Amino acid sequence: MYVAVKGGERAIDAAHAWLACERRGDPGVSELSVAQIREQLTLAVNRVMTEGALYDPDLAALAIKQARGDLIEAIFLLRAYRTTLPRFGSSVPLDTEAMEVTRRVSATFKDLPGGQVLGPTFDYTHRLLDFTLMAEGELPTAPTAPIRDEKVPHVMALLDRDGLIEAAPQGGQPIDMTRTPMEYPADRALRLQAIGRGDEGFLLGLAYSTQRGYGRTHAFVGELRIGAVTVEMEVPELGFAIEIGEIEVSECETVNQFKGSKTEPPQFTRGYGLVFGQNERKALSVSLVDRALRWEELGEDFAGAPAQDEEFVLSHCDNVQATGFLEHIKLPHYVDFQAELELIRRLRRNAHQEAAE
Amino acid sequence: MTSAMTLAETSFNFAYLDEDTKRMIRRAILKAVAVPGYQVPFASREMPMPYGWGTGGVQVTAACLMPEDVLKVIDQGADDTTNAVSIRKFFQRTSGVAVTERTAEASVIQTRHRIPEAALTEDQILVYQVPIPEPLRFLEPRETETRKMHELEEYGLMHVKLYEDIARHGTIATAYAYPVKVEGRYVMDPSPIPKFDNPKLSGNAALQLFGAGREARIYAVPPHTQVVSLDFDDHPFVASKADHACDICGSATSYLDEVITDDKGGRMFVCSDTDYCRGGQ
Repeated sequence: MYVAVKGGERAIDAAHAWLACERRGDPGVSELSVAQIREQLTLAVNRVMTEGALYDPDLAALAIKQARGDLIEAIFLLRAYRTTLPRFGSSVPLDTEAMEVTRRVSATFKDLPGGQVLGPTFDYTHRLLDFTLMAEGELPTAPTAPIRDEKVPHVMALLDRDGLIEAAPQGGQPIDMTRTPMEYPADRALRLQAIGRGDEGFLLGLAYSTQRGYGRTHAFVGELRIGAVTVEMEVPELGFAIEIGEIEVSECETVNQFKGSKTEPPQFTRGYGLVFGQNERKALSVSLVDRALRWEELGEDFAGAPAQDEEFVLSHCDNVQATGFLEHIKLPHYVDFQAELELIRRLRRNAHQEAAE
Repeated sequence: MTSAMTLAETSFNFAYLDEDTKRMIRRAILKAVAVPGYQVPFASREMPMPYGWGTGGVQVTAACLMPEDVLKVIDQGADDTTNAVSIRKFFQRTSGVAVTERTAEASVIQTRHRIPEAALTEDQILVYQVPIPEPLRFLEPRETETRKMHELEEYGLMHVKLYEDIARHGTIATAYAYPVKVEGRYVMDPSPIPKFDNPKLSGNAALQLFGAGREARIYAVPPHTQVVSLDFDDHPFVASKADHACDICGSATSYLDEVITDDKGGRMFVCSDTDYCRGGQ
C-alpha cells in the first residue's frame, strides 16, 4: 500500500507520453500545422503574444499547438522561453500616429482627420453559427480600396490642443518589470506593463466592474486603432534610430469625465491600453483599469473598489502566477495535513474533556 | 520532439539560468545572509515549471550549484514524490551534477515542507521552497503595510493572533508554517514545514536559504543562527508529531506520515523522511 507513493519517475514519463497522444488526437484526422494556427486562429495567437509578452506569431502558434489550445498554458510556454532570451536594449517609443491603420474608430467624434475605418471586426455581425464553414474549401474575398497615405492624428492630441484634456504624460525610461522586483506604489508605466500582460478575463472583469459603479470613471472610447507600426531602436555606434521590424498593435485611448478635485480643474482625463495584435477587448479593458488606478494622482477619492486598488490588481492580474499557485494545491501536502490532523484531534480531545468536566 | 529537446538542453547555460541572472540572485542571497530573516526582493524569473511549484527554490539552487556539487531534492521528506523527481531531473538535465538520495552525501538539498531528520553540516546548503514568504500576510494582506511592520519591528498583531488562539482553543492552533523570530529581530515564515521541524532551524550548522519565486523574495538563516518559535511563558512552544513509532523502521523520534490502509479505519505510520527510514532499518 505504502509503495503507492513510490515510482514517481516512471509515472511522470508515462503521463507525458499519454499527454502527447492526447494532444495529437485521432490520427485519422490530419494534423494541425503551426502555420494554420498562426493564420486561422490569429486572435488566439494575439492573446498568447500579449500575455506571453513576446511578439512572435510563429512561436505563439507553436505554443498553442503544444498546449492543446489551453491559452494560459501556451502563454506560460512563451513566457518561459522569453525569459531565456538576452536583452539588447529597448526600442524608442512607438509612433502610433504613423500606424498603417486597418481599423480605427472613435466613439466621441462622428468624423475626424484620418477618418473612421471599420476594418475586420466582429462588431455588427449577427452571431449565427455559419454551418457552411463545416464544409472545407471556402475562399472568401473582400472589396479593396487604396491605402490612404496620410498620418492619422490622435483624437487626444485634438482635445489637448484646446486644453480640454489633461496634458499628455512626459516620457522617460520606464522600469522593466521583468528585471526589477515589483514595489508598491508602482508608477503608471509599470502598472501599464503589468496589466498589459495581465489576464484578459481578469482585466475584463475589473473594467466591467468600474462600468457598473465599483470605481466608476465614465469612459468614452476616444479612439481605438489597430494596425502595423514600425519598431525602431537607437544603435549607439550609429547615433540614430534604425527600423528593426514591424508589429501589429491595438491601441485604445479613453476620454474620461472628470469634474475636478482639490488639486485639478475640471477637464477630461486619460486611460490608455496597448496590446499586441488585434485584441480590442483587452485594449479597452486595460485603458479602463488604467484610468481607475489613477485616482490618487488625480486627487479623487478611494471608493474601496477592487479596480482602484493597485496592490490588489497588480498582484493578481498575472495568469501564469495565478494558475501556478492555484494548481500547486494538487501537489502532495501530506506533511502539513498530518500536522493539522494531530492538531484537530488534540483540540477535539480537549473539547470533549472540558464538556465532560 | 526528441531532437528539439536535445537542442534545447545544449543551448542552456549550466543550471539553466544565465550568469547575469545568477549574479543577481547571489547578490540577493548575500544580502539575505547579512540580514538574517529579512525578505530580500529579487527579480524572480519565469522558470520552465509553474509558479507555486518550487520556482523560488529552483532559482536559489541554480545560483548555488557548482559542477562538483551533489544534489538531493525532497518533497514531503521523500526523494520519490513526483515534484521532487521533476526538479531533480531538471537539474540533472541542465547542470549534469551528481544527485543522491542520501542526506549525508548531499552538498545542496532542495526541500519542500520538511527539514531532514539527520543533522546537517557546515558543508551543506538547505534550500527551501516558499509559497508565501510573509509571516504577517494572513493578518495583513498588503505588502506595503507588512514591510512597514517589519521595519518598525511591530509584531504585536502576531502575538495577538497567537493569544486569541489560546483564548479560544487553549493552545496555539498553528501546526505548520509556525512563525519564528531570527536572532531576536525579524519574524520569519519557516515555509510550510510542520512545527515539529522548527527546533532544527535554530543553531543549524548548514546554510539555510529560502526562495519564493512568485512573490520574488529570498531570505536566509546563516549557520549557527538563533531561531526562536514564537510562544508565551505560560504556553511554551511544543514540537509535536503523531504519537506513534514508524511501522517500517521503528523510529520513535522521526516525523510520521499517516497512511490509510483500508476503508475500515486501518492505518499505519511511516517516516516522512524516506532516507532516514531506510537508514534506520
